[in-house]
Parts: sequence; C-alpha cells; structure tokens
Amino acid sequence: MSKSLSLAEHENNTKTLFGFWTYLMTDCVLFASLFAAFAVLRNNTYGGPSGKELFSLHFVLIETIILLVSSYTCGLAMLAVHRRDKRAVLLLFAVTFALGAAFLGMELSEFHHLAQEGNSWRRSGFLSSFFTLVGTHGLHIATGLIWMVVLLVQVAKKGLTTNTARRLTLLSMFWHFLDVIWIFIFTIVYLVGAA
Amino acid sequence: MNKRAIVSHHEPPTGNLASYTLGFVLSIALTVLAYLLVVNHSAMRHTLLVIIIVMALVQFLVQLIFFLHLGTETKPRWKLLAFGFMVMTVAILVFGSLWIMDNLNYHMMSPAEENTYLHDHEGL
Repeated sequence: MSKSLSLAEHENNTKTLFGFWTYLMTDCVLFASLFAAFAVLRNNTYGGPSGKELFSLHFVLIETIILLVSSYTCGLAMLAVHRRDKRAVLLLFAVTFALGAAFLGMELSEFHHLAQEGNSWRRSGFLSSFFTLVGTHGLHIATGLIWMVVLLVQVAKKGLTTNTARRLTLLSMFWHFLDVIWIFIFTIVYLVGAA
Repeated sequence: MNKRAIVSHHEPPTGNLASYTLGFVLSIALTVLAYLLVVNHSAMRHTLLVIIIVMALVQFLVQLIFFLHLGTETKPRWKLLAFGFMVMTVAILVFGSLWIMDNLNYHMMSPAEENTYLHDHEGL
C-alpha cells in the first residue's frame, strides 16, 4: 500500500482515520448518557415486569455470539483489503453483512415480542430507557449495514483503490466499535438484570 | 532516508490473522463464561456483579487492542489521548448520574419506603 501512496495522500488518510476515531469517541459519550439513564431507571418498573422476568438470556447469548463472529469476519476482511484480494473482501464482507442482518432481525423480533405482550416503551421508565439504549445500538447496526452495501457495490465496480480501501477501514472501525458497545449492553442490561 | 521509508514507518496498524483470532477467542470465552456464571448463580449477587463487570472491562480492553488496534500508534498518540478524554467524560457522566439520583431517591422516600429501607439496609 505504501508504494502506491504519496506522502500527501498518506497524511490525508491518517487525518481521516483520526477524525473518524474522534467521532467514535463522541458516540461513546452518547451511549454513556443512555447507559446512565438506564442505570438510574433500572428499578422504576411502575409495577410492571423487571428485566429478570422479561429477558431470555439464552436468546441474547446467541445474538452476542453472532455479533462477535461478524466483528471477527470484518477483521479478516480488512486483512484481505491489505492483501488487495478483492474476491475475499467481497466474500468476507458479505458474511459480515449476513451476520449483522441476523443480529438486527433477532433484536427486532425481541422488541416485537415485548411490545406484543404489552411491555413496550410506554409500560415503565425502565422499559423506556431499555428501548432507547438498545434501539439506538440497533439503529447504528442498521446504518452500518446500509454503509456496507454501498461500499461493496463501490468495491465491485471500482476495485480496491486508495479511496475504497480507506472507506472500508472506517467501516471496520465503526463495526468493531458497535461490538464494543454491545459488550456493555450484554453485561449491564441483560446479565446484571438477570443476576 | 527516502520518502517510502518514512511512509511505511507511519503505516496505520492493521493487525494480523493471529491477533484477530486471539482477540476473537478471548472475547467468546469471556462472554460465555460471564453467561454461565450468571445462569448458574455461581456466587452471591454482589460478588457476581463485580465479577461480570470486571469481565466486561477486560473484554473491552481485549477488543480495543486486538480489533481497534489502540495503543499501537507512534508518537504523538492522539488516538490514545482522545480515548482517555472519552473515558474520563463517560466516568463522570455515568457515576455522577448514579450518585446524584441515588442521593435524591434517598432523600425523597415516603414513610413506607423509609421503613423498608431501614429494615433492609440498616437492620432496624
């Protein structure tokens, strides 16, 4: 990669990556405020069900493992980007996309299930903060999936150029970041709720 | 030194197959272990909470290092600095909110709640 990059182009890449990293850090602060709201409201069930009664840990464990595997395949895809192996990049990102879509589908089915039983965000302060926190993460995942489709089309058309490779690097940072946020949702919302 | 040498010196870190696999295996192990501890009620509630939160923090570090390559950049370490500032802000936000709201709840108890509280927490 260094062979094809001029010093100026490289400087630009480094700045872009740092700029995106700064965005991720501010996104962490957004999630932290939602986590704080959830932690404060965790016991405000207004006579309704608590997390212990509502959540199926087994289901959430499968969701978590799916997201972790997708983070790993995303990392493998980035190794393929650095080898400039276009076929492997397309294949691995397609796998990442499929796993991400499966995760989002499971999350939506959990939401649907809760709402069906009358435990939507209107039920209590606890459920409002739950839906806001987990829903915001799901929205990020949906954005990542759309971004992934757009980039895969670009890679298929233009190949792995300096520009597409840089965009894939940013996407991979975003995807790993979402997995990092999920560790805390899994632990604080589901495990602590069930303990 | 030619330009190429300078460029390759600053090449963004990309990791390799071994580091991604190690990060992945450690993350899966920590996730499944935390799940099993909670499902089997392996310890007193308070101890259990401390253990699973510490495990989440360890997994946080594992993914930062192996997936997001934090700490591999050369000086000046702007990424690490931005990260440190984020951690500080998040800590103030989360612990500050919990502290203030718990204190508020403590001082705004109804007489009935006060009785249960005294019974549960102060053995009266």
